[in-house]
Amino acid sequence: MAAIRIENLRKGFGSLEVLKGINLDIADGEFVCFLGPSGCGKSTLLRSIAGLEELDSGSIHLGDRDITDLRSAKRDIAMVFQNYALYPHMNVRKNLSFGLALNGMKRDEIDRRVNNAADILRISELLHRKPRQLSGGQRQRVAIGRAIVREPKLFLLDEPLSNLDAGLRVTMRVELAALHERLGVTMIYVTHDQVEAMTLSDRVVVLDKGKVSQFGTPLELFYQPANLFVAGFIGSPRMNFVTANVVRQDRSELTLSGGGLVRDLTLETLSSTVVAKDKPVTIGIRPDKLELVSPEEAHLVGDVRLVERLGTESHVHIGLENGSDMTAVVRGTHPVANRERIHLRIPPEHCHLFDADGKAIARALDPETQMLINQEKSKRVA
Amino acid sequence: MDMTYAGAEPKVARRKRSAIARHAAPYLFISPWILGFLFFTLGPLVFSLTMSFYDWPVVGERTFVGLDNYRTMIMDDPQFWESLWITVKFAAIYVPFNIVMSFLLALMLHNITFASGFFRTAFYLPSVISGVALVTIWSWIYSKEYGLLNFMLSFVGIDGPNWLGDPNLAIVAIIIASLWGLGGTMLILLTGLKAIPKELYEAATVSGVPGWAQMLFITLPMLGPMLLFTFITSIISAFQQLTIALLLTKGGPLGSTYFFAMYIYDNAFKYFDMGYAAAGSWVMFIIVLALSLGVMRWSAAWVYYEGEVRQNDGEGHA
Repeated sequence: MAAIRIENLRKGFGSLEVLKGINLDIADGEFVCFLGPSGCGKSTLLRSIAGLEELDSGSIHLGDRDITDLRSAKRDIAMVFQNYALYPHMNVRKNLSFGLALNGMKRDEIDRRVNNAADILRISELLHRKPRQLSGGQRQRVAIGRAIVREPKLFLLDEPLSNLDAGLRVTMRVELAALHERLGVTMIYVTHDQVEAMTLSDRVVVLDKGKVSQFGTPLELFYQPANLFVAGFIGSPRMNFVTANVVRQDRSELTLSGGGLVRDLTLETLSSTVVAKDKPVTIGIRPDKLELVSPEEAHLVGDVRLVERLGTESHVHIGLENGSDMTAVVRGTHPVANRERIHLRIPPEHCHLFDADGKAIARALDPETQMLINQEKSKRVA
Repeated sequence: MDMTYAGAEPKVARRKRSAIARHAAPYLFISPWILGFLFFTLGPLVFSLTMSFYDWPVVGERTFVGLDNYRTMIMDDPQFWESLWITVKFAAIYVPFNIVMSFLLALMLHNITFASGFFRTAFYLPSVISGVALVTIWSWIYSKEYGLLNFMLSFVGIDGPNWLGDPNLAIVAIIIASLWGLGGTMLILLTGLKAIPKELYEAATVSGVPGWAQMLFITLPMLGPMLLFTFITSIISAFQQLTIALLLTKGGPLGSTYFFAMYIYDNAFKYFDMGYAAAGSWVMFIIVLALSLGVMRWSAAWVYYEGEVRQNDGEGHA
C-alpha cells in the first residue's frame, strides 16, 4: 500500500494541453475516483500515473518513491482497462499468470497468486476457459484478477464497468467496494458515471478541462460544491441555476432580487463572506428542493413543458418567464400537468450561491448534513 | 356459382406465378456469378480433367489414354521431377522470405509515425506493376555489363557475377525479383497489426512483459489467421511461378529455373500436347491442395480465431 502525490502535472498532445497542472494528494488505502465529462483529461491522468503517457512536466510519487520517470513495469501498479484487454488466445489461468511467468516468478508462487485471486473473485471454475467463453461480468473479474495477482501498491481502473449492462454494473460496483475493503490497497478509478463515483469513493476528483475542479468526499461535492461546474455536474437531475443581483447585505444576511426572481430572496451566508452589492450572483437549487407554492409565496413563475413520471417521483420541466429552464422533482402522484402555470419557492436554507466568477459563496450547512460530511472525512482519516 | 369459379381461377394462377417469381428472384440476382463460375471456373476445370485422360494434340485426332499421361509423367519423364524439385526449392525459400519480410515491413510501417502513407504506397506499388514491366526492370538490374546491381557492387569492390547466366544464382535472382511484389502480403499483415487492440500491449507493458515476449505471445498469435492466409497464398503463388522465369531466364541457364508451371506451359504451347499438360496441371493442383490442407491442419495448433470454440476450451458461453 502507498499514498500517491502528484505535483504540477502537465500533459499535452501537440498544441492541445490536456492536463493543466494537476496537484493531488491521495492517502494510503484510499479509493479515489476521477470524475468528469468526456475529454476532461481523467483517462490521460490515469495513464500518466500508469506510465503509459510521457509527462510534459510535474512529478508523481508513490509512497516515498519518485516514479515520474520509471517504466510502467517498475512502478508497482496494476491497471484494469475499460475493454478488459484480456488476451483472447489465452485461457483465464494464462491471462492471470502471463506477466508473472515472464518476470521470472517461480511456478509455486504463480499458482498461489492465481488461485488466491481466483478464490477472491470466484472464478476458480473458469480458469481453463478462453475469454470468449465468459460473460461480461466474468471477463471483468478476470481483468481485475490480473491486477490482483501482481499484488501492486496501487490499482488503476479505467472505466472498468462501462461495458456492462446496468444490472451487472450495480453488482460489480458492490463487488469492487468489497474488494477494496478486503485488499485495503490504494485504488484510483476513472469514471464519467457520477453514481459510481459517489457510491464507491472515499474521495472524488472532479476534473474539468484538464484542471481539478474539486477534490472532496462525495457528500462534500454534493452539499458544498466549490463552483458552478461541480454543482451542475454532480446530482441528477442537475442543479437549477437562477441569476440575481445582490440588493442588500446586512452582516451575514443577503437579499437577492431581479434576474429570474419574481420576489426578493433573503438568505444567510457565513458572517465572513462579503459580496459586492449590485454584482450578479447565481443561485443554485437542487430540483428536489424546489417547492410548488401559491403565487404569493413564489420566487419563480413558469409553465410546465413536460412531466416525466418515474413512479415514486415525477420530474417536472419548467420554462420560466425569463426564458430559462428549470427542473423540479415532485412526488410521483402529484397532479401537475403539461402547460400548467406553476409557482415555485426557493427554500433559502437549501440554496447554493455562486459569485460572478462561478465560485461558491460559503454558506452554513444544516447540522445533520455537516455531521455526515464530518463523519465521512473522519472515516477517511481513520 | 359459375361466376365465382371463373373469378377464382385467375387469382390462384396469379398467386402461383408470384410464388414462382418470389422463389426465382434470388437465383436471378446471383445468376451472373453462377454463369461466370460455370463457364470460366467449373467448366474449364472439368474440361481439363477430361483432357488429361486423352492424347490431345491441338490439331488432329484425340485418343483416350486413361491414366497414361499421369503414368508417363511420374514414371518416365525426368523433366517432371526436375521441374518439380526446382519449384519446391523455390517455394521453400520464397514462402518463408515472403512472409518474414512482409511481416517486418508491416511492423515497420505500423510503428512509424512519419510519412506512413507515403511508405505504405511506396512498398505496395511494385505489386501492382504488370509482370512484363517488372521483368524488364529486373533484367536491367541483373544485367552483367550495365546492370544496376553490379554497378552498386562495384562501389564496394565486388566484381558482380552474371546473375542470370549462372545456374546457381539464377534461381536466387528469380526469388529476389518475386519478393519485389510482396506489397500485397505486407498490406494484409499491416491490416492485421492495426486490428490488434493497443490495450493488449499496454496491459502487458504494465505487467512488465518485455517487448520480445509481447511480439511472440501477443502479436504473432493475434496475427495467426492472416499469417495462415498469406502462408497458403504464398505457397500457391510459388507453385504457379511462371512469368518471371519465362521472361527473365526462359528456364535457363541449364534448366536451373525450369519451374513446374513452365514445364506445363511448354507441353501445352511448345509441344502442343494438351492432354499431357492438363495432367501436369492436375498434378500441380493435387500437390498444392495437399500442401494447403497440411498447412490448415497444422495451423490448428497455432492459429486462433475469435469466434471459434474448440472442444477442449471449456463448456461454451457462460
